[in-house]
Amino acid sequence: MQTETRKRLIKDSAIWGFIVLELVFFSVAGHYLSLSENAFMDLDNMLLLLKQSAPIGIIALGMTIVMINGNIDLSVGATFALSAIVLLDSMTWPMFAGLGDWVIPIAWGLALLTGIVLGAINGLIVWKTGVDAFIVTLGSMLGFRGLVFMYNGEQPTFNLNWTLVDFAEANILGLETPTLFLLVCTVLFWLLMTRTVHGRNAYAIGDNREAAVNAGIRVGPHMMINFMIIGFLAALSSIVFYSASGSVNPNDGELYELWAITAVVLGGTKLTGGKGSLIATFGGVIAIQLLRKGLGHIGADTAMVNLVIGLILIAVLYMDRQLNRKGQGELKI
Amino acid sequence: MSAQTPALRLEGIVKTFPGVRALDGVSFSVMPGEVHALMGENGAGKSTLMKVLGGIHQPNEGRIFIEEQPTHMGSPLEAKAKGVVFIHQELSLADELSAAENIYLGELPRKSFGRVDWDKLYADSGAILERLNCGFGPKTLVGSLSIANKQMVEIARALTVDAKAVIFDEPTASLTDAEKSVLFEVIADLKSRGVGIVYISHRMEEIFRISDRVSVLRDGSYRGTLNTAETNEDEVTQLMIGRSLDLTRNIEPANLGDIALEVRGLSCGDLFHDVSFNVRSGEVVGFYGLVGAGRTEIAETLFGLRNPSAGTILLDGNEVRIHSPIDAITSGISLVPEDRKEQGLVLGMNCRDNMTLPQVGDLTAGPFVSDGAEIAIFDQYRDKLEIKTPGWRQKVGNLSGGNQQKIVIGKWLSMRPRVLIVDEPTRGIDVGSKAEIHNLIRELAKSGYAVIVISSEMPEVLRVSDRVIAMFHGEIIREFTAEEVNEDNLVQAISGIRQDKVA
Repeated sequence: MQTETRKRLIKDSAIWGFIVLELVFFSVAGHYLSLSENAFMDLDNMLLLLKQSAPIGIIALGMTIVMINGNIDLSVGATFALSAIVLLDSMTWPMFAGLGDWVIPIAWGLALLTGIVLGAINGLIVWKTGVDAFIVTLGSMLGFRGLVFMYNGEQPTFNLNWTLVDFAEANILGLETPTLFLLVCTVLFWLLMTRTVHGRNAYAIGDNREAAVNAGIRVGPHMMINFMIIGFLAALSSIVFYSASGSVNPNDGELYELWAITAVVLGGTKLTGGKGSLIATFGGVIAIQLLRKGLGHIGADTAMVNLVIGLILIAVLYMDRQLNRKGQGELKI
Repeated sequence: MSAQTPALRLEGIVKTFPGVRALDGVSFSVMPGEVHALMGENGAGKSTLMKVLGGIHQPNEGRIFIEEQPTHMGSPLEAKAKGVVFIHQELSLADELSAAENIYLGELPRKSFGRVDWDKLYADSGAILERLNCGFGPKTLVGSLSIANKQMVEIARALTVDAKAVIFDEPTASLTDAEKSVLFEVIADLKSRGVGIVYISHRMEEIFRISDRVSVLRDGSYRGTLNTAETNEDEVTQLMIGRSLDLTRNIEPANLGDIALEVRGLSCGDLFHDVSFNVRSGEVVGFYGLVGAGRTEIAETLFGLRNPSAGTILLDGNEVRIHSPIDAITSGISLVPEDRKEQGLVLGMNCRDNMTLPQVGDLTAGPFVSDGAEIAIFDQYRDKLEIKTPGWRQKVGNLSGGNQQKIVIGKWLSMRPRVLIVDEPTRGIDVGSKAEIHNLIRELAKSGYAVIVISSEMPEVLRVSDRVIAMFHGEIIREFTAEEVNEDNLVQAISGIRQDKVA
């Protein structure tokens, strides 16, 4: 039992240990290799890092929830892009002319609604057809992306609203809007998953769907709610991101689903469902962003960054597997 | 027998895992042409011993001899090459391949350029299947075979090498009586060819039916070997659990209440038809029959997992419509399912969360689940059912089978049902805990629950039931009271022999 507890401790805190390791490594390496004068662990640099983590981070929270539930959502990147188009374009619609800045909350509402509806479509199909979520959302990834291109062809959708930019660059206690959204969402959805009935049931469904059915849990609605949550979060992420930039390319958000999954898996959430933590996903997001920034800091280019992240992902899963395997050997007495 | 050399002999095997001495100097031998049964409760060390023998674990001390030649088992492949073959409880066959391909999996006969020699493959495997009297050919897709026939494929696989010893690990766990008989014939055949057989099972009747000697393990150590012909169940049980166990029937006249559940003319496709029975509160009604007789399907229908094609269900005299487990639970019907791990428990969750799973929606304070309310329920039923666990945080997957089953039962008791259906209450549970579960079922009936027990084990049905319903091919053949039921008339009833005239 002693070793069991120790092993769990190692696994649960692995991602934070990794983050500390990165910080130490890049601080030391940066001292010798970096071209810039600034130290890596400079406060401004860390705050910027948090802000840059936000778009993928917010999506990764949703991905964690869906994966705990035993599903996956590959369509988030497309949902992200479509919500962004609705956000920016709806502010120019004639029916909202004359509202002034009051159009902003309406645009937000419409963007979020877009995300929720797209998520609901995924959830409804998974629920009613019983087709694997991987396949369903692979299809909807292509389909939603098609909608993005239908909207404006290859052209970017452009609309810069200065009030929105002010909102996106607002700053409380040194934390900018995207950072705040990421932190607040992490806490809120962590509470949802650990403290509420919905969260409890979502874990149960992901771990053993048949037992959940036998306990009278309505599996379908819970799954649909979780798909709506990830849709909502994808849209929220696009609000945070595009308020400042004001321009959407039809290819925006591509590969976001894979980056989100990478962060989730680094955080220790199981692909098979039933196990995972939003706090650990937050750690996974930070760890990836640290790697990107850190490698950049010591002069590596993007190609190198991707290579390293890929290797680390595989190494992490291998270590996880080793820990789990020893655990089983011990139980089989 | 002593003049012969043993086909297989283990001497002083010690195997330790961090913190546990799983095997403590175990010695064991099998003569050629002998069936040697190995018994012990769950956790006694049977599986570990077999893993040492199969080369999966390396022993810390002790030696293995094959025909008195000291041998080292480095891997499962090596064990097989040396003539020690395992027939596992969980079959390891590829469903999408043919019987022949499965039999020679990994050792397909080859022609030049790595091509498979199909003619030789089918000829060789066909010969083995024939020798086993299998009713199917080598080209049959394994996925289309029954469990019993899959087991035959597994046995056929064992026969591709010159087996000195064959180890059967709980081979009858999912076989019907007829299929068992076929298996026993195959074992007898192997025996007559001079193969040594190790037979691991929980089932006393089988041990006494086919074995020559019985060895017993307890807590990782060897407790003795008995000649089957000179011993009895009590003696073996005593060795296994270190005390004698009262396995006699303990049906005292039940304190019957009103009819709690009444089923009229219930049918479901071709699974079962026109089933009518009732259960009073304070009564245990046992359902006995072969696998596939429709017992589990009736339970699933009452619990809303299947939709009946005809018939009515009445609870306390009122008709209820049950279309889902949620309907069943709210009406007061609970099901402890056949397969605890697959259908009953969320193994990654802790004890408390598993126990409160169906009602967690009612245990909230504001938007959040109330820890206190959950722990109160867990504590109450842990004490009531005497569940042994270090605490509610313990993962259910780490508990013993008996305690896991109690968690499932506690889960439903805490919902205060009218009717409790228990499907195979003691499957995979060791002898000592079995008696505990049986007593618990009697206790529950005494305190007013209407209980349905479905079991494939006759002693279990006889032991706990006030009434026994015998099923055959989806029909109720006969209903017995506790006084009139006995092993003979029950066996006849479930084999489809009607004997209305006797009743």
